[in-house]
Amino acid sequence: MTDRFDTLLVANRGEIACRIIRTAQALGLRCVAVHSDADAGAPHVRMADDAVRIGAGPVKDSYLNAEAILAAARQSGAQAIHPGYGFLSENADFARAVAAAGLVFVGPPASAIGAMGDKAAAKRLMIAAGVPCVPGYQDAAQDDATLIAAADRIGYPVMVKASAGGGGRGMRLVETPQALPEALTRARDEARNAFGDDTLILERAMIDPRHVEIQIFADGHGNVIHLGERDCSVQRRHQKVVEEAPCPVMTDDLRRAMGAAAVAVAQAVGYVGAGTVEFLLTDTGQFYFLEMNTRLQVEHPVTEAVTGLDLVAMQIAVAQGEALPLTQDDLRLNGHAIEVRLYAEDPAHDFLPVTGRITGFAAPDLPGLRIDAGIATGFEVSPYYDPMLAKVIAWGPTREAARQKLVAGLTQTAILGLPTNAAFLHGVVAHPVFAAGEATTGFLRDHGPFAQDDVALTRRMAMAAALLVRDQTLRAMALAGFEDDDLIGFASDGGVPRPVDLVIDEHRHALRVRIDGPADWTVEGGDDASTWRHRVHLRDCDGMRARLMVDDRAEHIAFACDGGRIDLQAGTCTLSATVDRPWEGAAGAAGSGRVVAPMPGVVVALDVAPGDRVAQGQTIAVLEAMKMQHPLRAAVAGQVSELATRVGAQLASGALVAVITPDEP
Amino acid sequence: MWTGPTITPETPSFAANRTAMLDAVAMLRDLEARTAQASEQRRDRFRERGQITPRGRLARLLDPGLPFLRLHSLAGYLADSDDPERTLPGSTFVGGIGFVSGVRCMIVVDDSGINAGALSPFALQAVLSMQEMALRQKLPFVHLVESAGANLMNYRVEDWALGGAVFRNLARLSAAGLPTIAVLHGPSTAGGAYMPGMSDYVIAVKKNGMAALAGAALVAAATGEKTTDAQLGGAEMHASVTGLVEYLAEDDTHAIALTRDLLARLDWNRNRVAPARPAFAPPRHDPDEIAGVVPADLKTPYDARELVARIVDDSSFLEFKPDFGPGTLCLQARIHGIAVGILANNGPIDPAGANKATHFIQACDQAGTPLVFLNNTTGYLVGTEVERAGMIKHGSKMIQAVSNARVTKITLYVGASFGAGNYGMCGVAFEPDFLFAWPNSRSGVMGGEQAAGTMGLVARAAARRRGAEVDEQKLARQDAAIRALFDAQASPFFTSGRVLDHGVIDPRDSRKVIAFCLQTAQEARARDLRPNSFGVARA
Repeated sequence: MTDRFDTLLVANRGEIACRIIRTAQALGLRCVAVHSDADAGAPHVRMADDAVRIGAGPVKDSYLNAEAILAAARQSGAQAIHPGYGFLSENADFARAVAAAGLVFVGPPASAIGAMGDKAAAKRLMIAAGVPCVPGYQDAAQDDATLIAAADRIGYPVMVKASAGGGGRGMRLVETPQALPEALTRARDEARNAFGDDTLILERAMIDPRHVEIQIFADGHGNVIHLGERDCSVQRRHQKVVEEAPCPVMTDDLRRAMGAAAVAVAQAVGYVGAGTVEFLLTDTGQFYFLEMNTRLQVEHPVTEAVTGLDLVAMQIAVAQGEALPLTQDDLRLNGHAIEVRLYAEDPAHDFLPVTGRITGFAAPDLPGLRIDAGIATGFEVSPYYDPMLAKVIAWGPTREAARQKLVAGLTQTAILGLPTNAAFLHGVVAHPVFAAGEATTGFLRDHGPFAQDDVALTRRMAMAAALLVRDQTLRAMALAGFEDDDLIGFASDGGVPRPVDLVIDEHRHALRVRIDGPADWTVEGGDDASTWRHRVHLRDCDGMRARLMVDDRAEHIAFACDGGRIDLQAGTCTLSATVDRPWEGAAGAAGSGRVVAPMPGVVVALDVAPGDRVAQGQTIAVLEAMKMQHPLRAAVAGQVSELATRVGAQLASGALVAVITPDEP
Repeated sequence: MWTGPTITPETPSFAANRTAMLDAVAMLRDLEARTAQASEQRRDRFRERGQITPRGRLARLLDPGLPFLRLHSLAGYLADSDDPERTLPGSTFVGGIGFVSGVRCMIVVDDSGINAGALSPFALQAVLSMQEMALRQKLPFVHLVESAGANLMNYRVEDWALGGAVFRNLARLSAAGLPTIAVLHGPSTAGGAYMPGMSDYVIAVKKNGMAALAGAALVAAATGEKTTDAQLGGAEMHASVTGLVEYLAEDDTHAIALTRDLLARLDWNRNRVAPARPAFAPPRHDPDEIAGVVPADLKTPYDARELVARIVDDSSFLEFKPDFGPGTLCLQARIHGIAVGILANNGPIDPAGANKATHFIQACDQAGTPLVFLNNTTGYLVGTEVERAGMIKHGSKMIQAVSNARVTKITLYVGASFGAGNYGMCGVAFEPDFLFAWPNSRSGVMGGEQAAGTMGLVARAAARRRGAEVDEQKLARQDAAIRALFDAQASPFFTSGRVLDHGVIDPRDSRKVIAFCLQTAQEARARDLRPNSFGVARA
């Protein structure tokens, strides 16, 4: 059997690399990780049996660098490559190159990838195969006039998509004919930047359908089955936020019909391995083919949870020439599973991706709960990659049981050091519409905001200040060799409260902490107009988990503290505070003429030139970061006195873009 | 035979005693708060100058949570004003022993919120006391300076003449191997200029920090030169021109952060050997009960063991010669794990008691066990019988033992401390390492009643000799005057105001205060310094 292999190279990073390595190692395979410079200490590298550096941080130098990955396989003796998702997973040329190098590609044949990679061609193929498709335009002619005419024919609202796109990238909803020309321009730019191909397709935009996808699996012996569906309707800007199996409105008949269609799609392209066929499902039970993802999906764990199968193990078996371990009739769906994706992004700032160090990470150990993470305490979230930190997957015998478990899982998963969308996710899964199983793709648009504020800010500030002071006390005790707890907090004149000046989300809070003992504090805050006060008692503390009493109510929290900074999570609410050191103060208050990059990214447009007059709020430049285009606007009206960057430049967070000399008031 | 405390919160006198004691404590706290409030009233003025208040500086300087022993908070009580409602004791500085970056330090913070930090009566004595304590307890000396210097309106020649000792002490601290650190938050002129000048390290706040032998006003008066304080002695000038300033700070908080950083960089505890200190149990009888255990009226006797049981570990002690001279108690116990010999009084000291105490003090000195004196005595017993038993001789032995014992000595005035009994029980003249008074205590050569009675008897005897009638009215006036004279000076607020102790404490804090003092002394005795002849010369 030429397809057998004992060493598998995982050409990916983050949680999916960890997840693949876990199964592969359990199967007895030797696993080789590849990594960029930014990921040298990443969890997937630490888990693997062997690791090879493949280049610098930017993806084009590392995880998209096919030659480096093939060289790594040669160097490490790997006989097979698992591409994970994203990166090179749906790159037919890469699949071909792997095969040409005499290695096994754990994925579909290059031809199938190619057939589905071009959305326009794929759609034409599906129409020919009799699979129901969304009415649209998917032909070769790409001039504006043709596209505008096609859009008129399809009817507004219309969806503009990059033909080479996937995962929601390069998609634009256009409501009116007037908005179409600009949308085409921007979509082409984005498609060219992201995929190197600016071919677009148009589709009629369905009004708030459900996004339901069928997991299919095919082997090299002609067997194709489906493993049921996943409902991924809860999406923000076409990015999946929550995924579940089964779909809350699924019926046996509908599953059979959609499953059959999905199998037909796979057969039409000679598919082998794991794949996903995405459909839009209307409230009348009509479904339309959307696209096929020729890879393992991010959300595959919910299918694993309800089928009891290990999809990665099946991928490896199929890649080694084995037949599928089950037939369609063997498939049993058991219970319900829901997954959410934890991202390093700041809900308080329009979900902008954030980077920084994870000061603490801890996953709960609950039956029925699965955390797939690619992070660890001390890990640096770099600007180069997708900001997904972890997935929380909850299983229960019923949907409600799974949902409850998920809330517990989210609450008990501690990620400290950067803002995350945990509170937002909590709010989503706790929402009555979601709880009722009625969420469609319009859910987030119609029902926000979702952020949970389950632990009031003043309580969080009180805990943060108390634990920060405790940390300082412990450090001083260590320095002093002082071990007498009975004297902690003692001052023979009664003492004065400790001033603790914290900076939280760029606001300064002057707090006062009275130290009542080694585990007791009274924290006061507020201003002259209104003050607040909480008594904080630390009951016990085990690593980063702590149980406290705040006034008369218990709080179970996670925290990390280094004397000058504290990160804290209570429920899904987080708080990060630094001790104010104003003398180190950075210049540049709000309303400055300095336009800086708010996050790391690439400059994709510069809309002004030196000497230009700009109005307040005018777009100066467009920064692409983390799949999004962010306009950078002038905070003041004035004259552009300096342009400090160029189109195509990669900027670090805080890098100067332009300087505007403000108009005299 | 002691079988344990018999007083409980249910004992009939407990509630009244407690009320009286807490009233006395409230008077202490009110006085401290009055001075603090007077200073903090200037908060807005400090803010305008970009400053934080002296107490804010201290709160930021100290390691949070680590203990702080305030010293001399009542210095100058009734010396600035004879109105008990107006006097601002401890108004010149806030100071004590605390930790900065893990270093146990002597800290003095000029209270520039009151009279711009100008020296008030007895503040000089208090500063000298703290410097001497720093030297003895091997504590680095940190002074946050912002002072107008001597108050010219209240010039007293002795303050000038003896005030030089502040600088002499700085030189001796430095020579002893103890770093001295001055932080210039504001002006430090005239004599005060030697504060930074004589310190090993100087941190100065830009714009506000200033040191000059004469400020611009005095220079103009003396020489006619027109200049500014900044030109004469601004922080920036000293940092770059004279080299008087090592570290320039942007503002007060930065200066304090620099001070903390500096202390941390001394690596002061690198050779510290943590003493083997067994785990200890708290007293089985709550120290909080002390307030109700001690009678409100000093004349009411109580068993000092009731008090000791509420101070020592596990309420456990071993009594030395319990049946010999039982009015004088010698007890072996531990406080926060540290073995101590405790001397306490259940009445006047008789010849047997003095003998027992002498033996006990010498035995503790032999073993290196610190001594704790809990003063509640009217003195050595008088009368034919005890004189003939050699009371003078036995009392002298005890005083000699106390004077020359080399171990750590800690004295608390927990009731009466009168006459030579005060000497034998290690009063202020016997230089205990630490001496604190309870707010209900009294001290003096004798009580006002005894003094008045004595003088009354003398007057009557004189009248008898002259064969004159006793003028009862005159005698009554004399009696009242003598009582007032003695009683006013017997108050711990008065004596503390005259710097005849290190401060007045809440009796319920006695255990913690003694523990802190024991730890401080133990650390000092274990610490090897690197003394030199002349101190660190300022370059």
